[in-house]
Amino acid sequence: MSATDPVLELESVDKHFQTTSSFVESVKERIFGEGPKLVRAVDDLDMTLEQNQVQGVIGESGCGKTTLLRTVMGLYDPTDGDIRFQGKSTSEFGKADWKEFRRKVQIVFQDPFNSLDPKFSVRRTIAEPLEIHDIDYERSDIEEMLEKVGLTPASQYIQQFPNQLSGGEKQRVAIARALITDPEVILADEPSSMLDVSTQASILNLLNDLTSEFGVSMIYISHDLSTVSYVCDEINVMYLGRIVEKAETRELLSDPKHPYTKALIQSIPIPDPHHKRERATIGGEPGDPIDMPEGCRFKTRCPERMDVCDRKPRDVDPDGDGERTVACHLYYDHEATAGQADEPAGEHTPETPT
Amino acid sequence: MTDPILEFEDVDIRYRTEKGNDVHAVNDASFSINRHDYFGLVGESGCGKSTIADAIVGGLDANGEVTSGTIRYKGEEIQDYSEKEFNQNVRWKEISVIPQSSMNSLDPVMKLSNQAVEMAKYHTDLTKTEAIDRLRELFEVVGLSESRIHDYPHQFSGGMQQRAIIAFALYLRPSLIIADEPTTALDVIMQDQIIDYINGLKDDWDISMLMITHDISVVFENCDSMAVMHGGQVAETGSVVDVYDRPRHPYAILLQNAFPDVRFPDRELAVIDGHPPQLRGEVDFCTFADRCPWAQPECREGAPDAQAVAGDDDHQAWCVRADEMEELAAEHLEPKAEEESILGGGE
Repeated sequence: MSATDPVLELESVDKHFQTTSSFVESVKERIFGEGPKLVRAVDDLDMTLEQNQVQGVIGESGCGKTTLLRTVMGLYDPTDGDIRFQGKSTSEFGKADWKEFRRKVQIVFQDPFNSLDPKFSVRRTIAEPLEIHDIDYERSDIEEMLEKVGLTPASQYIQQFPNQLSGGEKQRVAIARALITDPEVILADEPSSMLDVSTQASILNLLNDLTSEFGVSMIYISHDLSTVSYVCDEINVMYLGRIVEKAETRELLSDPKHPYTKALIQSIPIPDPHHKRERATIGGEPGDPIDMPEGCRFKTRCPERMDVCDRKPRDVDPDGDGERTVACHLYYDHEATAGQADEPAGEHTPETPT
Repeated sequence: MTDPILEFEDVDIRYRTEKGNDVHAVNDASFSINRHDYFGLVGESGCGKSTIADAIVGGLDANGEVTSGTIRYKGEEIQDYSEKEFNQNVRWKEISVIPQSSMNSLDPVMKLSNQAVEMAKYHTDLTKTEAIDRLRELFEVVGLSESRIHDYPHQFSGGMQQRAIIAFALYLRPSLIIADEPTTALDVIMQDQIIDYINGLKDDWDISMLMITHDISVVFENCDSMAVMHGGQVAETGSVVDVYDRPRHPYAILLQNAFPDVRFPDRELAVIDGHPPQLRGEVDFCTFADRCPWAQPECREGAPDAQAVAGDDDHQAWCVRADEMEELAAEHLEPKAEEESILGGGE
């Protein structure tokens, strides 16, 4: 692998769930020739994670962020598409490859109160991944890691149990546990959302330093755009299973293109009583992930709705510099690109089972 | 305006425990909410903000008690009210509550219309039809379709349940609404809409509001005045503009700088080390002293007294060094340079 290859690539990844596992229902569907009803939690998603990069994924609850993370982790098999880690597709992974993958890709969960074993001391919590992967270690390695994530003096923390730690300290232990195996990628699922503001700031600062200090890449998932912008290099905006816009953080915030991104940014309260904010004008809730509208999924809430929105929008590059994409009909000339016509509306609806 | 609707004066609230080392959840809290004002109460979890809300409507747990100080509502002392007096004089009619977890506060096996009828039965002499009509009007106010008043709560999404709760909170036309983290469980876009509705109530319904939240940006945007709490003590109170422009308590200063601001993603966030103390036994010290970069021996020798901030009305900080704070903070924090907001438009 050369130094410039991406660590992780997702290509047209789908993850669909069936809404029923009932035998009777499935038989009925067969008889009446209907496809099974699907929740398309992740749909045709592309993402490239470069080395040392932090990719943010934001969206409302239910948009598929966590499903995406679990699919990347291998906890779900993707329904379709390809996930490549260091150039190799996970579909070709053998047992040894998976073990290696699990060492190199680590998760930091949302809730530090539940993601640590209450009967494990800090030492044992951090040593566990090392033992699983047969990595030799000394007590000093663990102490060093604790110091790196800001738990100083390490000797004071190393024998403590989770119930003796505050929320922020627990999350630091979880981060130390993720870093101890020297991973290439950290998957972070809203790691600061359960914490108070004062501790949240220190965790955000810590995550910010991680990529430079440890040379890891990160996928950072959150619903809170204001914290994401502190950590991420690039932001992917996700809506009902699809990424609707992707851009470098500052560019996304200063010049959002997709109507949904605009609404998200306008909805963030600003901690300044002198600031007068324009409120977003869109409706409040995302649609039903089962019976999704055809074409653009945002069209039911979109203030810029057009007739053409019944067709699925392509990812286009609005500035033409290859650095950002937006999936919205507003940003391309449909006649000029007639040759590479939009996919017809029906194409991404479920096919009948074969 | 000096016409307070709710006043807290030196209020102590304790929870008794079996071993006898009581939890002093709120200590010497003083603040007042003016009529027609929205008042924000911010602080981190465990700082006593929800205990304050409970005390106002007599909803403290059985082992909780207001041990000293006075709580006055429209000039009348209510801290020693009996259950019956709270029911007759205060709850719903005068003060209603939008609770923290709206999803759990509606009766799941009762149609919303019946829940309204029940409330009307106990608190008003409206007939059943009038009661339902009133709910119908309120559904329109909060932006719900009136055809849904006969639905069960589980048929509503989170945001709709939150709106239904607001409709119920308005039902008996109270003068004060206590909103305890009204939007924490909601997504940003929905949160913004609900807050917008709550804001609209102010003029249309002539109400005052006590908004309890950990989110200082919601307070700065929507409230007129505020109090910052830390570890069971009120740290600072004043109008939002005064507290924003001239914060004088170290916690208020650091909290503001710890809060991410989407306009300035490059700004370094302030970190507040440590955590608030366990409030067992007498609290005769500043509870922020252990986390404060400017603490002095005297901070641990006695609970701080309120210091009026010169030049501002009703702006007080409970810090012995409040007078020096401006200079101390300027040395400690990076100055808020003339940063350009990166958000286009809307300025």
